[in-house]
Formats: sequence, structure tokens, C-alpha cells
Amino acid sequence: MANITVLDFEKPIIELEKRIEELKIFAKERNLDLSDEINNLQTRAEKLRRDIYSNLSSWQRIQLVRHPQRPTALELIDLIFDDFFELHGDRLAGDDEALVGGIALLNGEPVTVIAPQKGRDTKENLERNFGLPHPEGYRKAIRLMKQAEKFNRPVITLVDVVGAYPGIAAEERGQGPAIAEAITVMGALKVPTIAVITGEGGSGGALALAVGNRVLMLENAYYSVISPESASIILYRTDSHAQEAAEALKIGSRDLLDMQIIDEIIPEPLGGAHRNPEAMGRLLKESLERNLAILRGLAPDELVSARYERFLAFGKVADLS
Amino acid sequence: MSVFKDLFRSKPKYVTVRPHKQGDKSEKKEIPGGLWVKCDKCGNILYSKDLDKSLSVCPKCGFHFVIEAKERIAQLIDPGSFEEMDANIQTQDPLGFPDYLQKLYKYQEETSMKDAAITGKGHISGQPVIISVIDFNFMRGSMNTVVGEKIVRAFDRASKEKLPVIVVSGGGGGARMQEGVLSLMQMARTCQAVERHQRNGLLYIAVLTQATMGGVYASFASQADIILAEPGALIGFAGPRIIEQTMKQSLPEGFQTAEYVYKHGHIDRIVARPWLKETLAHLLDWHGR
Ligand SMILES: [Zn+2]
Repeated sequence: MANITVLDFEKPIIELEKRIEELKIFAKERNLDLSDEINNLQTRAEKLRRDIYSNLSSWQRIQLVRHPQRPTALELIDLIFDDFFELHGDRLAGDDEALVGGIALLNGEPVTVIAPQKGRDTKENLERNFGLPHPEGYRKAIRLMKQAEKFNRPVITLVDVVGAYPGIAAEERGQGPAIAEAITVMGALKVPTIAVITGEGGSGGALALAVGNRVLMLENAYYSVISPESASIILYRTDSHAQEAAEALKIGSRDLLDMQIIDEIIPEPLGGAHRNPEAMGRLLKESLERNLAILRGLAPDELVSARYERFLAFGKVADLS
Repeated sequence: MSVFKDLFRSKPKYVTVRPHKQGDKSEKKEIPGGLWVKCDKCGNILYSKDLDKSLSVCPKCGFHFVIEAKERIAQLIDPGSFEEMDANIQTQDPLGFPDYLQKLYKYQEETSMKDAAITGKGHISGQPVIISVIDFNFMRGSMNTVVGEKIVRAFDRASKEKLPVIVVSGGGGGARMQEGVLSLMQMARTCQAVERHQRNGLLYIAVLTQATMGGVYASFASQADIILAEPGALIGFAGPRIIEQTMKQSLPEGFQTAEYVYKHGHIDRIVARPWLKETLAHLLDWHGR
């Protein structure tokens, strides 16, 4: 795993790993037995890794999900599914490359997969509009959801999106109504729906793809009504308090599991999904199979009403009368 | 005065309205004494009393002042027929968000409302409806668990009693930050409630007023059978400032106004306030036959 971008809070680990490597080379060159020292340092490094990665703050987790090498949707799709046949276009105006969708095989069973897609590098990010969908993206998603329902295929969404694109053309072509329609259509589908928040779950642009019977979340992902930076600007008139805002907004997987906004946390490999994408793919696949097996036992109408009930529960208020 | 005459094709019925409040700073400036109001659009000085009679529409230029939910209900619902629902539900501050409750209590005191929406049953020209109005004065009409729950209960009651629903959105209408992801969930809940109501073959009319943005526009407000809007109302998903920052270019003239959004095919009709009740009554009548 060479050339992985190192985040600030990871530096102590990386420095220790470097010292171990140097010591190993030194021992080999001088033909010395330093195995005790090396073992010692390795134990220390292991402990340091566990200490740092198991006590991550909301803000550190956000940095992990924004990591440039975090696996993108298409990479995860490749790791989870046996095959993927991408389908294009909203049949109205265009094909939005910021949102991909198609038919895939999960252990030989066809499913429809829909996911916003970020780019790997600057060039791909420009092509994919940094994974920020236009209305055409959401309308493609709606088309594929209805198609899935027609052919009785479960719908699986992988959600890593900062938000729906804020732009003139997006507004002119109805960004708001497109999101509302996606929420409505996904909410009423008569097939099993599973949403996985895999990275950034940015507001309405994420919810449009997350009205699932089951909503799962990768350990380090976040799901929020507003970005911590924007919340900081509203609260403190500067984005420099984004860390505090991230804590106050309770956007991490553990808080969201406590609030039952999500049903399950899918653990990430130590240090984040990018440190071991293959393991991440296996963990995701295992969870999707298990959750899908539960949902396959429900009749179409039961799926709809179970989904209604799931979201209806998020209206707890105090009645003073 | 020609605009004034155009606006009032028929003589408006007299309605009792509360005095204009200072709450809406961007739209309305009150001059000491409360007798005069300066129009934000044409700058003319107007008698408060005249403005009340013209349903808070500037008699000189037709500018639609933002009005309180209570005033809206007085304008649309037959006198004596309104029966408010769920007036006493209040948020539980689900995140324990810093300073939120203090802020909330301040708004409750100022507005004598528990939160940003009023819902209830009433008659429009004798026809029963469930109506839901969002109020600017309460935290800029932002959607939280209470607003979401009120909208859901309103649609569910309408589904049960086979009644049409009128929603008057406005005030800003983003999701309320202080209730975090639970505010976001209200987009899903309200869309589901609309869908249940639609499945019963019942009518839902949305009236989009200044301003219907963000989470409200991207959920129940844009899912109506018929979408009306008040002249000049700002309607959209992303706020104009965010778009300007992202695009790094200035916005086209009239961007996100009701007229602009209408031209792009997202609303059925722009209706000036003096004709709103009459228009709703017509549509209700046709769907009730
Ligand atoms: Zn005026």
C-alpha cells in the first residue's frame, strides 16, 4: 500500500512504521539480531494504530471518508458484485455521469445498483462533476428504481455524495422536484431496498437515494442535514469551527445507530476503507447478503408498509396538551 | 394606481388581520407608531390600515409582503370554520443541540406558536379542507420534527376523512440545522404522507410563497397535484448565494422567482393574493364534483 495520502492524525503511526523499517534494514546490513527491539516497536505500533483508529473524533472520520484514495462507488461495486451492467440516461434530457446505475449480480441474483460516483483524479472528477448529481442523475435513479420494481429486483444504493449540485441549470431543470420525486418513488417501491451510506451522506441529495427498508452505514461515514463547514458558518460566521459543529450535529455512525436512523454499522478495515478495499468489499457483501435475505421474506405490500413504519418513527415530539 | 386596479378585479372581502410585526426584517420596515409601512419594492410609504385591506399586497406596485400563518388562514378560511390541529406539540430537542432550546423559547414567546407551522381543518367557500401553513417568523419557517409531524398528521387525517389538502409553504423552508438528521428525515416522512394521500385519489394543492427553498421544496411542496405560487416568491433547491459561490458567476435576472420557475415548467400558475381564495375555491369545487 505505497503512496497513500497520510492524514495529520495518522503521522505518529507512519513515523513509527518508518523507524521499524529503518531498523530492519540496519539489522540486515550489519547482520545484527534486533528482533527484540523490532518486535517491541511493532507491538507499540499496533497499540498506537488501535489507540488512534478506535478513538477517532467525528472530524477525523470525516477526513477519512474524504480521503482521496477512499474506494469510489464503481470500485466498491466491482468488489461486491459478480458482474455489473451499467445503464445510462434519464430518457428526458441526458446522462449524468455523477450518478451511475445498472444491473448487477449479488451471488448470482440480479439486483439494481444505484450510486453517486466521485472521480479518482482531477480529470475524472471534472467528468463526473465531483460526484454532485444534476436532476438528470436523480431522474435516471427514478427510472432504474421503477425498472427494478417491474422486474422484481431489489434496489441497492451506495451513497457517497456531498449533495445535489447547486447550479443555475440544475435549478432550471428542477433539482428540488427531482429529489422529491426520487424520495417518493423509492419510499413506495414494492421490492426490497437497501441503502448504504458509504462516505459522505450529504443532505437531500443523499436522502433521495436512502429511503431504504434497511439503511446501513460504513463505520467512518457521516450522514447530515448540513455539512459541518456550513453549520460552522451559520453558528460562528466562519468555517473554522467545523469540528465542533460536526460533534454537535451527531452525524457519525454510532450516534445515528443510537437514534435508529441507521440499522447497522458495517465495520471498516483498521485505518479506513482505503487501507484495505478488498476487505471492505467482503464486509459490505456479507452485510448486503444478510440484510437482503431478511427482506426477501417480506411480501411486496409488507415491504412498503415496513418502510413507511421505519420512517414514520422519526417524528417523536412532545405533546403539551 | 393601475396595478392596484388590475390586482383587484373584484372587490376584496374585508378580513381581520393582526397588525404587521417587525419580525420580517428583510421584507417589511415599520416606521415608529406602526401606522406606516414602507414598501421594499417601490419604496412608497403605505398606511398599515390600507395594507391590511389589500391583504398585505402593496397597492402601488403589487409587491406581496410576507404574512404570518395566522393572517394567511384568516385570508383563506371562512370565518369561524377553522379548527386548529396539534397546536401543542413541541420539539424534544433530539440532539440536545447547543443553545437550541433557549432560542426556541424566545421564538415561542414572540410568536405565541409552538413551532413554525399551523395546521387545521376549515372551510374554503364552504368546502372542507385540511390546511397547513408555514410561518416565516418562527426560525425562518425551517422544517424540524414538529413541522414534519404536523404535515404528516395533516395528510393522514385528510386521507382518513377523504379531504383535500392545501399547503401554503414559505418563510425559507430549509431543514432546521438544530435537529440535524431528524430534520432531514422529515423530507422522507412528508413525501410518504403525500403519497398515501395521493393513492386515495385525493386532491393536494400547494401554494408556494416567499420563500420555498431547500428541504421543503425538495419534498412535499413540489409533490402536489396542482402547484400555485404567489408573484415574486423565491422558489428553488439551493440558495442563490450558494449557487453564486459555486458557479462564480452572477445569476440571471429574476432567477428562482415564481415567474422564472413558472417559465421553466415547475409550477402550474402564478396567482396574486387577492385571487388566491377564489382560485382555490374553484379548484376544490371541480375536484369535489
Ligand atoms: Zn410597492
